[in-house]
Amino acid sequence: MSSISATQSPSTPVDRPTPVAIPVRAVLPWAFFLGLLALIALYFVGAEQGATSVFSGATLHEFVHDGRHLLGFPCH
Amino acid sequence: MDVVRNLLVRGMLAGLVAGLAALIVASVFGEPQVRDAIALEEASGGHSHGAEPAGAAHAEEEDELVSRGVQSTIGLATGVGVYGVAVGGIFALAFAFVYGRVGQAHARATSGVLGLAAFAAVILVPFLKYPGNPPGVGDGETIGRRTSLWLAMLLLSLAAAGVALIVGRALAPHGAWTAVPAAGLAFVVAAGVAMWAMPGVDEIPAGYSADLLWKFRLASLGVQAALWSTLALVFGALAERLLEPRRAQTPSNALA
Ligand SMILES: [Zn+2]
Repeated sequence: MSSISATQSPSTPVDRPTPVAIPVRAVLPWAFFLGLLALIALYFVGAEQGATSVFSGATLHEFVHDGRHLLGFPCH
Repeated sequence: MDVVRNLLVRGMLAGLVAGLAALIVASVFGEPQVRDAIALEEASGGHSHGAEPAGAAHAEEEDELVSRGVQSTIGLATGVGVYGVAVGGIFALAFAFVYGRVGQAHARATSGVLGLAAFAAVILVPFLKYPGNPPGVGDGETIGRRTSLWLAMLLLSLAAAGVALIVGRALAPHGAWTAVPAAGLAFVVAAGVAMWAMPGVDEIPAGYSADLLWKFRLASLGVQAALWSTLALVFGALAERLLEPRRAQTPSNALA
């Protein structure tokens, strides 16, 4: 990166274009659907068959158990 | 929009790489502690709290559904990998909201700052208040309460980050050297108040190996540090190639 460039003036991009913000409207649908999907995935790694259960039993809990503890989720 | 989808793919890819880095730390530094903790748990006659049986946690002591060999390898890799990809996707979304809106910061700087801030807010603060434990330490009966408290701490920490963001933006006209330290201070104070207000959890059995506990928690923090630093660095590089492709040019042959 060009640390020598004088100041962070928006009008003089020497070797890179000025960052242009992505419109919030373009991000929101992705944030909603993929964000939700990601949170569900995190739930299954971190809490399923522990504090709450969608599926009965403990197989999933045991399968990801080492990761659950080492990632810092509350467990037994 | 196409850019967002592209960023998401890059985020999940960076998350996968980050998960791999975290897996290495978890296997090398974490697994020995998990092994010792389970040995200790079994030596002390099952559950460390004695009389209290515990739902799911109890089952694995009686009837092993998944062997330790699978748990410590494929299971660990799956858990950490899925976590990495999911966190990478959320990270990319957060980046998409932030990019181009924090001064003139470029992609790599934005990703680095976002990674550091997210690690502090999402991992460090909840960890300081409710640190993770090796298997066999917690009381299985209180898993619901402990999970709720931990989640509440996480949300309060994110709220503290929101306060810091407002403070930082308000002071931005005074320059980065004023705005950034002020925002950091605002986060520490707000998160500190929240940590002070939240109830404590004291469930470590008397006489439990302090050495093992310390090593496990350090390894656990190391796993997360490896994950978030790798994620921020890899994603920053990938995002730069997408959003600021002219970087390859040298200043001499750039237009103007
Ligand atoms: Zn557990």
